[in-house]
Amino acid sequence: MTPMTRQNPHRLEPDALTRKALEIRRDIITMLVEAKSGHTGGPMGFADVATTLFFHEFVYDPARPKWPDRDMWFFSMGHMTPIHYSCLAEAGFFPRRDLLKFRKLDGHLQGHPSSLDTPGVEVSSGSLGQGLSIAFGAAHGSRMDGHPRRVYALLSDGEQQEGSTWEAAMAAGHYKLDNLCAIIDYNNIQIDGCVEDVMGLAPLGDKYRAFRWHVLEVDGHDIAAVLAALDEARAHKGSPTVILARTVMGQPISFMRDRSEWHGKPPTPEQGEKAMTELGSTLAEWTSRLLTA
Amino acid sequence: MKKTREGFGRALAELGRVNPDVVVLVGDLTDSTMVSFFAEEFPDRFIEMGVAEQNMMTAAAGLSLVGKIPFLSTYGAFATCRCLDQIRVTVCYSDLNVKIGGAHGGISVGPDGATHQAMEEIAILRSMPNMKVIVPCDFHETRKATLAAADIWGPVYIRFGRENVPVVTTPETPFEFGKGLVMRSGGDVAIVACGVMVSEALVATETLAARGIDARVINLHTIKPIDRMLLIAAADECGAIVTAEEHQIHGGLGSAVAEVVVRHCPVPMEFVAVDDRFGQSGTPDELMTAFGLKARDIVAAVERVMRRKTARVLEN
Repeated sequence: MTPMTRQNPHRLEPDALTRKALEIRRDIITMLVEAKSGHTGGPMGFADVATTLFFHEFVYDPARPKWPDRDMWFFSMGHMTPIHYSCLAEAGFFPRRDLLKFRKLDGHLQGHPSSLDTPGVEVSSGSLGQGLSIAFGAAHGSRMDGHPRRVYALLSDGEQQEGSTWEAAMAAGHYKLDNLCAIIDYNNIQIDGCVEDVMGLAPLGDKYRAFRWHVLEVDGHDIAAVLAALDEARAHKGSPTVILARTVMGQPISFMRDRSEWHGKPPTPEQGEKAMTELGSTLAEWTSRLLTA
Repeated sequence: MKKTREGFGRALAELGRVNPDVVVLVGDLTDSTMVSFFAEEFPDRFIEMGVAEQNMMTAAAGLSLVGKIPFLSTYGAFATCRCLDQIRVTVCYSDLNVKIGGAHGGISVGPDGATHQAMEEIAILRSMPNMKVIVPCDFHETRKATLAAADIWGPVYIRFGRENVPVVTTPETPFEFGKGLVMRSGGDVAIVACGVMVSEALVATETLAARGIDARVINLHTIKPIDRMLLIAAADECGAIVTAEEHQIHGGLGSAVAEVVVRHCPVPMEFVAVDDRFGQSGTPDELMTAFGLKARDIVAAVERVMRRKTARVLEN
C-alpha cells in the first residue's frame, strides 16, 4: 500500500460485517470462558461497531503494525480487550490461537492492553480517561506533518465521568482537529449500575457540542448507520467528530443484555455454552477453530 | 549566578534548530518555565495546553507515537503528582518518548509555598519502570541535560529550579547521562549531591578542609539510572557518605544512593534533606536555612558520619 491507496485491507460490506461480528462474538465468549476472568458485556455490545472499524474503516497493515501510513486507534476503555484482541487477531496482527491464552502468564494478551506485549496495540491502557488525550496528541502531531492519517479514540460512556476526558475534549475542540474521531460506546451501563443513576451524563451530545465538536448519534448495532456516520465524520472539516454509538451491553445474549452484572465477569462454562448456542456454535467447535487458526 | 530554568529554555530552542521532531507543550506557564525561547522561534511546534496538566501529559504521549519528541513544561509538582496515573499507565508502561520538564523544583521556589515546591517527585518517579530522572546542578548542566534527553529513548524527567543559583560547571564540563561527576577529589568522606546542593557541598568542603577533613564531592545529576560503580568506589575509598538534596528525605537521592551502598559496600551514611514536612513561604535563602539545606548542615552531617566511621574503625 502507498499513501495514495491507503485503505482498510478488508473493506467488508454490511452483510459480511454482520457475519464477521458473529464470529467475533464467538471468539469473545470462548476466550473469556477459557480465561475464567475478564469483561463480557461491553465487548459483546461493542462488537458491531468494532467489527465495522477493523474490517471496513481503519487503515493498517497487519504485517507491519508500525507502518507509518497507518491510521491510529486508541482503546481508552482498556477492559475491552476481548473485542480488541479478537479484532486484531482476525485482522491478522497475531495468530487467532493466541486468544486462548488471554490473561494467562504464558500468553502475550494482558488483561488490559499492553503496547509492549501485543502487536497492533499502540499504547497501553486500563486506567480510564486517558485515551482521548493520547488521540489528541497523535492527531495534532499528524496534522503538523500534513499526514493523511485519521485518529480514532474509542471511549466508554462511564469514562466520560473522568475529568481528563473533558480536558482533552476542550483541547481537541480548541485546536479544531478534524482528523480526530471519538466513538463512544454508549450502552448506559457501568459497574455500579445505570450510568444515569451512578453519575448522569445526559445530555452527552450537548456537552460535546459545547466543547466545539461535531456530534453524531447512531444505533451501534445498525452497521449501515455506523458506516454512514464514519463517512460523515471523515468528510466533516473544521472540528473533531464524536459518534455516540447507542449499544446494548451483552448484545445479543438473552441473559446478558442490558445487565450491569455482566460488565466485569466472564461466563461460566455452562453460561458460555448457552451463549454459544445463541450464537449458533459450541465452545468445543469454536475452541478447535481457534486452536487450528 | 544564573537560573537553571533558563538552561532548559535555551536548550529547547537549540534542539528546535537541529531536530524538527522536537515539539514543546506548556501548561499556561510559557514565560516562567522559559520555554518562550522555543515558542518565539518555532510557533508551529509549540502547543499551549492551558491549565490541564493531565491532558498535556497524555497528549505528549500521543505526539511521541507519531514520531515527535515532546518536551512538556510546567512546575515539577504539577507535572508529576497531578499526572501520576498518566505517567504510570500511558507514558512509562508503554515506554513512550516523553520528556518532562519539572520547573520550580525543590524548596527554593520560595514565597509561593508548599503547593508549588516539588519535593516528592524524585521518589515517585524513581519508582516508575522505564523512567529516567535527571537533576542538574546549574544553568550549563540543565542545558546539557536537556540536550541529552532528546537523544535518550523513553521517558525522562529533568528537574530544575526557579532561582538564580551558583554556576559551578562550565560549558566545557563533561555531561554524560547516567554518570556522576567528581567535582572535588578527596578521601575522607564522599558528599553525593544533586541540584543546587552541589554548590552547597562545594562550599562545605572549604570549612571541612579547614578542620582537616578531605571531602570528595560527587555531582550525581542522574539519579536513575544510578552510577553504581562511582558510588561503590566512593564508599570503598572514603568509608563514609553524606547525601544532599533539595527533596524529602524519603525515597530521593539519599535513598537511591543507600540502596547501592548497602548492597555492595556498606559504610556509614548521613542524609541532608527535607525532614518529612511540607514546605512553606519565605525567601529561598531563608527556607534553605530553615529546612537545614545549607553548607553548614552538610558540614554537620559530615562530622556525624565521620564520628560513626571512626567508631567503626575502632570497633574493628
